[in-house]
Amino acid sequence: MCGQCGCDTTETLKHEHEHEHHHHHRHNHRLVDIQQSVLHKNHTLAQGNRQEFTQRNLLVLNILSSPGSGKTTFIEKTLKTTEQQFNYGVIVGDLATDNDAQRLRSTKAPVIQITTGDICHLEASMIKNASDELGLDGLDILIIENVGNLVCPAAYDLGEDIRVVLLSTTEGEDKPLKYPTMFKGADVVIINKIDLAEVLEWQEDLARENIQKIAPNALILAVSARKDTGMSAWYDYLAKARQAKTQTGYSLV
Amino acid sequence: MHEISLMEETLTIILETAQKENAVKIHRLNMRIGAVSGVVPEALQFAFDVTTQGTIAADAQLNIELVPTLCHCTECNRKFAPIDIIYQCECGSLNNKIIQGKEIEIVSLEIS
Ligand SMILES: Nc1nc2c(ncn2[C@@H]2O[C@H](COP(=O)(O)OP(=O)(O)OP(=O)(O)O)[C@@H](O)[C@H]2O)c(=O)[nH]1
Ligand SMILES: [Zn+2]
Ligand SMILES: [Zn+2]
Ligand SMILES: [Zn+2]
Repeated sequence: MCGQCGCDTTETLKHEHEHEHHHHHRHNHRLVDIQQSVLHKNHTLAQGNRQEFTQRNLLVLNILSSPGSGKTTFIEKTLKTTEQQFNYGVIVGDLATDNDAQRLRSTKAPVIQITTGDICHLEASMIKNASDELGLDGLDILIIENVGNLVCPAAYDLGEDIRVVLLSTTEGEDKPLKYPTMFKGADVVIINKIDLAEVLEWQEDLARENIQKIAPNALILAVSARKDTGMSAWYDYLAKARQAKTQTGYSLV
Repeated sequence: MHEISLMEETLTIILETAQKENAVKIHRLNMRIGAVSGVVPEALQFAFDVTTQGTIAADAQLNIELVPTLCHCTECNRKFAPIDIIYQCECGSLNNKIIQGKEIEIVSLEIS
C-alpha cells in the first residue's frame, strides 16, 4: 500500500516508493460532490407512506417514549375502549421479543410485530412493509408503537400525522429538558402513570411548564393508562383528529 | 446506537459513488452534522471506523463539520441562534421553526 495516498499498489504496479508518483492513479485524488442527506431515502419513503395513508383517509399515530413509560398499556386501553368506534390496525416495533404484540392481540385489531433486532428505532421502509402485510383496507386509524427510546426515533419520519410522546411520572419532571429534540417534535404529550403522582411527589405544574417551554404548541394530557383515568380527553382528541383527516386530508394538529 | 445504522446508510451511498467514479480508494469523507440532529460526533466516528473495515474506505478520514442551530421566529419574523434548548426568541416568543441544525449530510468524498 502506498503510504502517501493509501492506494493499493500491489496489483497495479510494483515500484520503489520514491514518492515522486508517476503512476497515474496516485495524485489523482479528486473531490466528488455529493451533498445528500443521509436520511434522504427515509424522507422520500415517509412521504410515500403519507400519500398512501392520506388517499385512504387513514389517521396514523406514531407513539414514542422511553422504555416502559406505558406505550403498550396506553394503546391497549385505547383500543379496548374505542374499537366499536374505529377500525384500528397496529404496528409494534420491539427490539427482541413479541410480548407487546401478544398483549395487543387480546384486542380486535390486527397487529403486526416488527422485531428490529439491534436497530433502536423504526424507519419508513419498515412501516411500508408492515402496512402491506397488515392490509390497510377498511382501517380508520393506524397506531405505530415505536421502539422505547427517546433519541433516534425522533429523526425518522414514518409518514405519520401525529406524534404522541409519553412521559411517565416515574421518569421525573425534567425529562423534556433532557431530550428536547424528541419533545420538540411532539404534537401530543401524554403524562402517564398519574396514579403514582402522589407517592412520587410528582410536580405536575413543573412538568407541564417544562413541556410547554420545549413544545409550546403540544397538547398535554395527564392520564393513567392502567387505571383508566383522564383517558376520555384523549378519545375526544382522537375523534376530532380522525374527523379532520377525513374531511381535509390533514389531521388538525 | 443510531450512529451505526446512519453510517451503514452513509457507507452505501459513498461506496456507490466511488464505484460510479471508478475509484480504487476513498481517502476522506466530509460530513455536516447539525447540533440538534441527535447524532453524537464521537459515536459517528466510531461507527465509521467499524463499518468501513474491509472496504475501500478503510483508513479513510472522517471530517465532520458541526452545524449550529438556527431558528426562525414565527412571531417577529426574525432569524436567531438559540442560546439554550428552550429556543426563545428575543421578542419573548417560543413559537419558531428550526431552519438549521438537523443536518445529517454527506458533503463530499475524496477518492483516487
Ligand atoms: N401505575 C401505572 N403503571 C403503568 C401505567 N401504564 C403502564 N404501566 C406499567 O408500566 C409497565 C410498562 O408498561 P408498558 O405498557 O409495557 O410500557 P411500554 O412503553 O410499552 O414499554 P416498552 O415497549 O418496553 O418500551 C407495565 O408494568 C405497566 O403495567 C399507569 O398508568 N400506571
Ligand atoms: Zn411496549
Ligand atoms: Zn436508532
Ligand atoms: Zn421573535
